[in-house]
Amino acid sequence: MRIACPHCGPRGVDEFSYLGDATLTRPASDAPEAAFADYVYFRDNPAGEHRELWQHASGCQSWLVVTRDTRTHAISQVEAARDVALARSKGAA
Amino acid sequence: MSTDRYSIFSVLREALRGHTGWKPAWRSPDPKPSYDVVIVGGGGHGLATAHYLAKTYGVRNVAVLEKGWIGGGNVGRNTTIVRSNYLLAGNIPFYEHSMKLWEGLEQDLNYNAMVSQRGVVNLFHSDGQRDAYVRRGTAMRMHGVDSELLDVAELKRILPMLDFDNARFPIKGALRQKRGGTVRHDAVAWGYARSADGFGVDIIQNCEVTGFRIEDGRIKGVETSRGFIGAGKVGLSTAGNSSRVAAMAGMRLPIESHVLQAFVSEGIKPFIDTVCTFGAGHFYISQSDKGGLVFGGDIDGYNSYAQRGNLPTVEDVCEGGMAVMPQIGRVRMLRSWGGIMDMSMDGSPIIDATPVQGLYLNAGWCYGGFKATPAAGDCFAHLIARDAPHPVAAAYRLDRFATGRLIDEKGVGAQPNLH
Amino acid sequence: MAQSHRLPSRGLVDRARTIGFRFDGRSYEGHAGDTLASALLANGVRLVGRSFKYHRPRGVIASGSEEPNALVELRTGARREPNTKATTVELFDGLDAQSQNRWPSLAFDLMSVNQLASPVFVAGFYYKTFMWPAKLWEKLYEPMIRRAAGLGRAAEAADPDDYEKFTAHCDLLVVGAGPAGLAAALAAGRAGARVILADEDFVLGGRLNADRRVIDGATSPDWAARAVAELESLPEVTVLRRTTVLAAYDGGVYAALERVSDHIAVPAAHQPRQRLWRIVATRAVLAAGSLERPIAFGNNDLPGVMLAGAARTYLNRYGVAPGKRAVVYASTSDAARTVLDLSAAGVEIAAVVDARGDAPALQEAAKAAKAPLILGGSIARATGWRGVSGCEIADASGRTLKMECDLVAVSGGWNPSMQLSTHLGGRPVWDDAKAAFLPGSCPPGMTVVGAAAGAFGLAQAIAAGAQAGVEAASDAGFAASAFDVPSVDPEPDVVYGRGPWRSPSTSAKAFVDLQNDVTVKDVELSAREGFVSVEHLKRYTTLGMATDQGKTANLLGLAIMADVTGRTIPQTGMTLSRPPFAPVAIGALGGAHRGKEFKPTRLPPSHFWAEEQGAVFTETGQWMRAAYFPRSGEKDWFESTMREVETVRTKVGVYDASTLGKIDIQGPDAAALLDKVYINAFASLAVGKARYGLMLREDGMAMDDGTTTRLSDTHYYMTTTTANAAAVMRHLEYAKQWLWPELDVAFASVTDQWAQYAIAGPRSREVVAALVDEGFDVSNEALPYMGATELTVCGGTRARLFRLSFSGELAYELAVPARYGDAMIRAIIKAGQPFGICPYGAEALSVMRIEKGHAAGPELNGTTAAADLGMGRMASKKKDFIGRAMAGRDGLADPARPRLVGFRPVDRSARLRSGSHLVARGAEPSAANDAGYVTSTAYSPSNGHWIGLGFLARAEERMGEIVIAHDPLRDGDIEVEVVSPVFVDPEGARLRA
Repeated sequence: MRIACPHCGPRGVDEFSYLGDATLTRPASDAPEAAFADYVYFRDNPAGEHRELWQHASGCQSWLVVTRDTRTHAISQVEAARDVALARSKGAA
Repeated sequence: MSTDRYSIFSVLREALRGHTGWKPAWRSPDPKPSYDVVIVGGGGHGLATAHYLAKTYGVRNVAVLEKGWIGGGNVGRNTTIVRSNYLLAGNIPFYEHSMKLWEGLEQDLNYNAMVSQRGVVNLFHSDGQRDAYVRRGTAMRMHGVDSELLDVAELKRILPMLDFDNARFPIKGALRQKRGGTVRHDAVAWGYARSADGFGVDIIQNCEVTGFRIEDGRIKGVETSRGFIGAGKVGLSTAGNSSRVAAMAGMRLPIESHVLQAFVSEGIKPFIDTVCTFGAGHFYISQSDKGGLVFGGDIDGYNSYAQRGNLPTVEDVCEGGMAVMPQIGRVRMLRSWGGIMDMSMDGSPIIDATPVQGLYLNAGWCYGGFKATPAAGDCFAHLIARDAPHPVAAAYRLDRFATGRLIDEKGVGAQPNLH
Repeated sequence: MAQSHRLPSRGLVDRARTIGFRFDGRSYEGHAGDTLASALLANGVRLVGRSFKYHRPRGVIASGSEEPNALVELRTGARREPNTKATTVELFDGLDAQSQNRWPSLAFDLMSVNQLASPVFVAGFYYKTFMWPAKLWEKLYEPMIRRAAGLGRAAEAADPDDYEKFTAHCDLLVVGAGPAGLAAALAAGRAGARVILADEDFVLGGRLNADRRVIDGATSPDWAARAVAELESLPEVTVLRRTTVLAAYDGGVYAALERVSDHIAVPAAHQPRQRLWRIVATRAVLAAGSLERPIAFGNNDLPGVMLAGAARTYLNRYGVAPGKRAVVYASTSDAARTVLDLSAAGVEIAAVVDARGDAPALQEAAKAAKAPLILGGSIARATGWRGVSGCEIADASGRTLKMECDLVAVSGGWNPSMQLSTHLGGRPVWDDAKAAFLPGSCPPGMTVVGAAAGAFGLAQAIAAGAQAGVEAASDAGFAASAFDVPSVDPEPDVVYGRGPWRSPSTSAKAFVDLQNDVTVKDVELSAREGFVSVEHLKRYTTLGMATDQGKTANLLGLAIMADVTGRTIPQTGMTLSRPPFAPVAIGALGGAHRGKEFKPTRLPPSHFWAEEQGAVFTETGQWMRAAYFPRSGEKDWFESTMREVETVRTKVGVYDASTLGKIDIQGPDAAALLDKVYINAFASLAVGKARYGLMLREDGMAMDDGTTTRLSDTHYYMTTTTANAAAVMRHLEYAKQWLWPELDVAFASVTDQWAQYAIAGPRSREVVAALVDEGFDVSNEALPYMGATELTVCGGTRARLFRLSFSGELAYELAVPARYGDAMIRAIIKAGQPFGICPYGAEALSVMRIEKGHAAGPELNGTTAAADLGMGRMASKKKDFIGRAMAGRDGLADPARPRLVGFRPVDRSARLRSGSHLVARGAEPSAANDAGYVTSTAYSPSNGHWIGLGFLARAEERMGEIVIAHDPLRDGDIEVEVVSPVFVDPEGARLRA
């Protein structure tokens, strides 16, 4: 598998480290404990398109949001996580 | 006349008549309109659950629904290791229960699954690792499980092929569970299927569950590719696909699906007589009775439902193998495969009732489901039959993530790909 | 008689070069260009091995990596390679091979008595017996089965050869250098595309070298050789001989194995034995050809039974007659070439059996060879002792004809080699007309051409290959001109091998999977017992699980199962191929990462100096750290360590702390970010001050600890534990880039940029004062405990000085740019000499941190919360931080959770060991009474006895209680007293001195 880092270009998957589901949002600090438990532990875990967090750990250190099909491993989009997060907080604001 | 019971005598008798008297190991019935219990998933766990439901708990109006062929999932693709060398109180009694069931499995099933108690040896390479293994071994002893510490001299005797002289991380000793070992994995599925079938359980292959009928918070049955099947109770035993199946009942689980690769070499004459794990890299190995070296390492590390992994993990595993056992360099890897694991958020499984009445969940086995097969079957059957958790599986609750009573053997937290 | 079966002419072997080799201790001769198999056949050696279960005599049946029978142990000693296919071994001078799985010898194998018991040893018999008594399984049955199983033996010692890996990128990877592959490579290569052409053979051309074809007026081997020569002249084309493409992975990644030195006795100096290629290819053309499948008949495993195509390979490529008198048995037209070539080479054709009676080419060939033709007949069984001496043919009317022959050439059709096309989950599609599975959906970028795609004609293959090459080149942006497809000799209409799959049953065994001794009867038994899906069939009978991966057997087994159960082949299913395409040495996949090179070795800046001091080192992750610095007269680590601790506690010592993770944090929001990741406050930290901090994972468990210093309003310097340096860096980037992207802060890992020395002990201030340049004040007033400053040392070297103490003594950490690290340690030792300084290692450090009750790796084990570590009250209540919410869960707040405490033995001479569990005195050491465990222990010279840290349930109530440290795996149990975890200077007076 290869991931096209938006900063470095396509690189082998061994340069990246994986975290998981990128659709989760950290609850606000005053959210109830249960909301945090849901955020930390529960996942949609879809068979199909999955937006997920990777870090180009052996490269530029960027966190990335990769859109990948978990049935085929085909990657349809790679974005800088910070851009996605900023857009999201702008949208929320 | 057909032959039911397996023994050396029946084999000899059949040999004289060209083996024409053997019956199918299990029937292929059409589904009945309804059952007391429907088990979804004809893997090792589902079939074992059916066996214990029928044999131990007297529930015999049972169907096991399998979307493909039974035993085609992880029970048909694993590295066959059984052991109960766990660290935490939530786990040890359960896996030891499993170990004890393994020890009597052939006689229980009248099927030779080749339970081979050849020992499991965990190498350590530092004082800190030794102390962690002593803590584990002591916990095991306190639960009545065998464990022992091996020094390098003893290791040189039983595993002479290890790299004792030139290792980057020198081998300093090992923890061993002598009662651990390997089991012929396919035979486990077939043996449970044959036994359950003998008690009247319907094993229905090529029957995919497509939905659940739930009324007033209570399960009524399952929609399948072969029509609706009514059920008083439904047990889900679909590791690898638990999230997908649970989603049909409106549930989200603390599980990610990940791919684990494993490997087998060409058959060679006896080379390694025990199961051995490397403590400084991702590699473990044993040798099948057919002669193949069966080995594996870490999961690939990303969500996947594709039953295949990628090259870096293959290389990582073989690097580990060559680091600890450079004598295998010229032995050839014959086959690799990838299985989908239910990686749970604390690395431990779930055997519990769900918010839907009459719907029960057996999931989250990570890459340790095979060794758990008998106990998972027994405990799941207990839960379904009696609506109460089996004492040895009492910690495997779904609410532990909310309460913080986690069972995290590795101490890596809520990151499934590190468990 | 030397090379009794070598033909006077024919073939591509170099008859001028004779090569000597040994098989089972006997010397033979062959020629350059031979394989071991062709050389053995040339010498009339037919018996090459014994079968897996029944120890039946076996010979060569195929001519490539699909060979199921002719397996040998190649080479000896540490280079012994079990199960090597003689058909793939290129002959070299001094080659030494042994047959396998026989005792005492290949010809007289006593284990062949197994054949007498063969009515018992059917598929799966072992599942039905060996159950009583249970105890005997490990003691008797299993050892017996294991000894009988397996074929060859592993090497006797560690592999002495080297392996290496290449990563290569290309526009087009062509797999297979037969007619289709060569055409594809030529078409793309001529256009200028970067092409890699890989083929597992050592002579390229595939079946062009095995058949006598004519292309553009040239013989097919000449055409192939010219094509290869042209490809090798193209600068962007890489031709890889002896290279098997093993697997396709996601993203256009392919793994291939090049056998660099397997064709010579020992690799040349600085040459690897094999090389693993990681090929990243935009496009791939799979032109792997096809493999012939047999028809099952009685005794079809006898030496002398051979695939019809392989027989031609031995004739045409190697100039070897695989027999003197042959029967050809086929359901295809392709076998006509075998009849003609055998006949032309002087091999008598005893009979031609056209199994369906519908292959005109075969019938014409029989006529041309003046051989009896049997239409719609079958071979009931072959006869002979250790090789074929005849066969019994049943004709269409059921009459049995007995024929003398020493070769049975058989063809049941051809299976496209499209394994690579299925590695990413593509499912082949059954083509009834062609009686073959053809590639279904392929990996992205892959095109399958030629016989691999079911196009069995030569002209078709070349045209399709060329077309695929042109497309790949155009895709990559090269102007590819049309490819002139050459003319080829006339090809008869193809008759595909559409059955029969087996001869009518006889009492003789008819094999489906030769290597695993799976017979037609085993398939029938499998069906009878309900193992009717192909997945069950292969698992129950072991069909297709042998070293040939079922290349000749799988389809046959599937077809017979379909027959037996009255289903079609697609209804019966198909087994998907999994990587690798051909078995691959584990050493090659491991590559160079073994022995000391398994992982990188990181050396702290003082390493070479420490070596000079005679330090003993220990591995800490990838780091090598000095464990202790022995002095003459000290007899073990304990004495040296005690002396080092003593020196620090009474005088001064120096320790290289550079392995700690070090992170530079800058930006206007640095403080805000730190407040998110630490449980305690850092925004309030004054410039010039350091603070201990604890960070949690989001699940509320302790993740790492360390000190962070504020160098300016917007600049912090963080240290982490050695083990978690990378994880913390990752965590910080995650917090900044993903959780709080609006924060303006940046991180740099500076672990390798700073050498950092701990100078500890009552005299440390004097040592430090001697090092810093004039004008810098290191007095207690100017630089109090937890103070930090930037200054210069040793005449202008930039440095940072921290008043930190892990040992509990008055202590400093002095950081200088790493390039001065070696000079710095020498300067510190020199400056410290008057004060009695000594270097101390990780052992002494560990003793002192345990004496001070500092948590470290064994306590920060990922399952301990801040409260467990006694740091619950450190957590700020005024801010949100990672882990805050989850740390508040009931389960973590439970007072029954074990908390960190100290222990000392009641018998002060007793030794306390880590890993012990804690049990109340008088209680059984059982699960119910397990009250905790000991994490860290040391002999405390300050206290004069062993001490320990650990976690104990309801610890607060138990201070002063005597409990048992239970250690059944080592010394047994000792009584310990529960005490405070701080054993030295609990008030902290010394570190503030």
